[in-house]
Amino acid sequence: MASLVPCPHCGQRPKEEFTIKGAALARPAADADAVDWFDYVYLRDNPRGAYEEYWHHTSGCRRWIVVTRDTVTHEVAASRDAADRARSEART
Amino acid sequence: MSSYRLTKGGLVDRNAPLSFTFDGRPLRGFAGDTLASALLANGRMLVGRSFKYHRPRGILTAGAAEPNALVTIGRGGRTEPNTRATMQELYEGLEAQSQNRWPSLEFDVGALNGLLSPFLGAGFYYKTFMWPAPLWEKFYEPVIRKAAGLGKASYESDPDAYEKSWAHCDLLVIGAGPTGLAAALTAGRAGARVILVDEGALPGGSLLFDTATIDGKAAADFARDASAELQSMPNVRLMMRTTAFGWYDGNVFGAVERVQKHVRDPARQLVVERLWRIVARHALLASGAEERPLVFGGNDRPGVMMASAMRTYLNRYGVAPGRATAIFTTDDSGYALARDLEAAHVDVVAIVDSRSSAGVDYRGKARLIREAVVCGTKGRKAISAIEVHRGGQTETIAVDALAMAGGFSPIIHLACHRGGKPAWSAEKAAFLAPDGLNGLDLAGAAAATTDLAACLAEGAARSQAIVTAFGLSCPPVVLPKVEGDEGTHDSKPLWSIPGVKGKAFVDFQNDVHLKDIGLAVSEGYSHVELAKRYTTNGMATDQGKLSNVNAIGLIAKARGVSPAEVGTTTFRPFYTPVSFGALTGAHTGHHFQPVRKSPLHDWAKKHGAVFVETGLWYRSSWFPRNGEQTWRESVDREVLNVRQNAGLCDVSMLGKIEISGSDAAEFLNRVYCNAFLKLPVGRARYGLMLREDGMIYDDGTTSRLEENRFFMTTTTAYAAGVMNHLEFCAQALWPELDVRLASITDQWAQMAIAGPKARTILQRIVDEDISDAAFPFLAAREVSLFGGALHGCLFQISFSGELAYELAVPAGYGESVADALMEAGRDHGIMPYGVETLSVLRIEKGHVTHNEINGTVVPADLGFGKMVSASKPDFIGKAMLQREGLAASDRPQLVGVVPLDPKQSFRSGSHVLAKGAAATLESDQGYVTSSAYSPHIGSTIALALVKNGSSRHGEEVVVWNGLHGESTPARLCNPVFFDPQNERLHV
Repeated sequence: MASLVPCPHCGQRPKEEFTIKGAALARPAADADAVDWFDYVYLRDNPRGAYEEYWHHTSGCRRWIVVTRDTVTHEVAASRDAADRARSEART
Repeated sequence: MSSYRLTKGGLVDRNAPLSFTFDGRPLRGFAGDTLASALLANGRMLVGRSFKYHRPRGILTAGAAEPNALVTIGRGGRTEPNTRATMQELYEGLEAQSQNRWPSLEFDVGALNGLLSPFLGAGFYYKTFMWPAPLWEKFYEPVIRKAAGLGKASYESDPDAYEKSWAHCDLLVIGAGPTGLAAALTAGRAGARVILVDEGALPGGSLLFDTATIDGKAAADFARDASAELQSMPNVRLMMRTTAFGWYDGNVFGAVERVQKHVRDPARQLVVERLWRIVARHALLASGAEERPLVFGGNDRPGVMMASAMRTYLNRYGVAPGRATAIFTTDDSGYALARDLEAAHVDVVAIVDSRSSAGVDYRGKARLIREAVVCGTKGRKAISAIEVHRGGQTETIAVDALAMAGGFSPIIHLACHRGGKPAWSAEKAAFLAPDGLNGLDLAGAAAATTDLAACLAEGAARSQAIVTAFGLSCPPVVLPKVEGDEGTHDSKPLWSIPGVKGKAFVDFQNDVHLKDIGLAVSEGYSHVELAKRYTTNGMATDQGKLSNVNAIGLIAKARGVSPAEVGTTTFRPFYTPVSFGALTGAHTGHHFQPVRKSPLHDWAKKHGAVFVETGLWYRSSWFPRNGEQTWRESVDREVLNVRQNAGLCDVSMLGKIEISGSDAAEFLNRVYCNAFLKLPVGRARYGLMLREDGMIYDDGTTSRLEENRFFMTTTTAYAAGVMNHLEFCAQALWPELDVRLASITDQWAQMAIAGPKARTILQRIVDEDISDAAFPFLAAREVSLFGGALHGCLFQISFSGELAYELAVPAGYGESVADALMEAGRDHGIMPYGVETLSVLRIEKGHVTHNEINGTVVPADLGFGKMVSASKPDFIGKAMLQREGLAASDRPQLVGVVPLDPKQSFRSGSHVLAKGAAATLESDQGYVTSSAYSPHIGSTIALALVKNGSSRHGEEVVVWNGLHGESTPARLCNPVFFDPQNERLHV
């Protein structure tokens, strides 16, 4: 676990200010295949290395962010606002 | 006993005597002493008893690694067990007690364990106490725990204050020895923000006992001047008595500062300890090296001491270790000690050197015995002689102190805290820090650099490289000139010693000796992690600072491999023990967690409420009146009164969220499973919120106050969770929606006014017409109160099944408005009611709470199947709710339960069995989720989740509670026990 989490709005903050939700997966369309929904709700990869996770700056700016964290070294490579990511994915 | 204090020399202040007690006996020391140095100065060799065999033990080290001299300091709530006497600064009036002895340190009954030692070897309790098994918990374990012990913690609460703090710096230097001082000076002069921490009271580390001169100054004076310069720099923070105990992710270091552990009466306005988290751009570990003991027989006898410790007591504290000293050395450091002892006129009887030649030319008076080892010692409570083994011959030499110099192991603990494995260096004969560290460098003895000039140069050079990389310009480093340093060259580890006599200890604190290591290897536990656990080597509070490397060397030798192949066990924080006080900080007593009180708390209190803690909230539970003997009497009265007249209940702790924006309705439509898009302005609607897996997450009412402004309520328990969830939906899932969320729970005092007279009472303070025609069921509007003096929000919603309203007013007016309603309702019989009554009323009506919404139910299970929108294109949970199994007929469904005999009762959590079925979980049909006594029904009533329950109304069942051995015949029924047609909502 990282000791400090970089919030794109508040800078480096102690991890105690944040709540982790888990893998930052894209939500399937409402009419997507049942298999896709099953994957989204229940199945998680357990990769060695970079992993994107949703963190909530609960005791800070209350923004949801996507943190790219290395599961081996715990280094945080990047973080960005979840809305920015959702918008950029919607465009692609 | 006469004094061992030298008449001169050292850094103690002989003009500042201090008195203290050890086991109640008054003794004297000086300012600048540790408890250990003061005990030694008083000739106290015996200071403790060992963990397992209760062997007499003395002071072995002069620092943090001390395994033997553990004492209890202080009394009452300030009792501090297991304090290392070597780290405890002496103060006037200090009270110390020895540990693990009975009845006294001198005469300890537990020492009989020594006679049993053939049965107490490694793994003895795995082998010995296997049978009969029931005796383990009742007999063996308590007896072993009593016999093998550390100090006892006090049961009194700690009267002192602690706190936690953050610090930030460019360079954190850990260790204020020569390397650390040189590093901090270099970085400080370059303008970097530097924090220098050291566990000791004085900066200087080894300089405080080194006899070398630096730039012509005594080493200790150099340290004093260097720290004075550091303290004069505004960009440098020197933190003494501060142990950096762990290295964590993000280059955050944990440290504990002992602010007032060296004073008798801590100042009230200051904390006694402070826990630091230090965020460092870069760190330099200059933690020095630990001298290794030598594993010979009786190496634990009081009077046997590490050579560097003996040198510290002599040169820093002015204490002679004895009158006739011997030195057993494997490197040149033993000769420096001999020279210093002789300079202080302490007789050195013999120097026993395991090597054939030394790097120094010794010309003192001591007898020099080369190619020899000490194989055993003699003496009872203190050493009286050594047995020297040379060329097959053993000779006994009378001594009263023995120094052992087994070579040095770099202190690399912190560098290994983030998962890196130390690497064995054959060249340095030491485990070195892992390669490829990021954000942390090592220098000096911690990096196996031995001589003083090289340490100073390395500290400066590393520091220069680090601050240069930050873009700071570093003034040229001028290295000081060192004279008289002898270094410790050519140390070759001597793992095992020929001809060992008696117990040769590897781990002093856990009483692990040479044979235990051999036993572990021969019994197949030779992997270093297994050997550790089998023998308990390195598992004591000292975490094997002295013992681990020796154990690895011995295992390597037994297996015939290099220490590199054995490897180390895992290094974990904390480097030294950290008190619970420091870890707790200010979060004790009332500050343990926040207390949430409703704006109507004082109103409830003055009506005599009994409060119950629900989460952080204090909720009014019931309101006893004179003459009521039990809570049930109060609750029955409140329940009947609500249904006959009216009641007022504080519901302020319900979560309240304001949702606004041009897409607010669309947003609600997606987070609730039922439709919200077309909710008219001025109306409230009950909403069910699902999780993505289709299960119900939370429920509550949401009202449309304006076209684009909604007022949502959540359950009390899930208020924070729902807010987080809505923010996730708005930000991460649908950022394209124009919606804003604000938690307004604390802004509003909210009260329920329920009962047939509710409208009449409420109309007396509400300005608008609230007749059934003007303000019907599920109306929700802003209203004017008291002739326009105040505005609030009024909702006609009912949890009780009665004609009922909820009125929200600005929090600060809550108590006044509640008072006014009580006054307005006085003639109508209004009474306050609490959450117990609220619960009875809702169970009578079959309304659900999180007892039923327990994460396993979908809307249809609770009879809400028709609420789920079939036409909405998407909402949270829609896709997964389609799963076939969630529509199966044997799903648990909400049902009512009543006992056949109204005099009988049953509890929530009980299981429902088919009549005649065996009382086993295999025949389980479901379970009771909520139960209460209903004064209207005249018996216990309950809600339950039962397989296919909605089709089983009328069926006789058995309510079974296996834990309490209860079995109650009962009948399943409609979950709405009272007014099933909802006629009372519209009276």
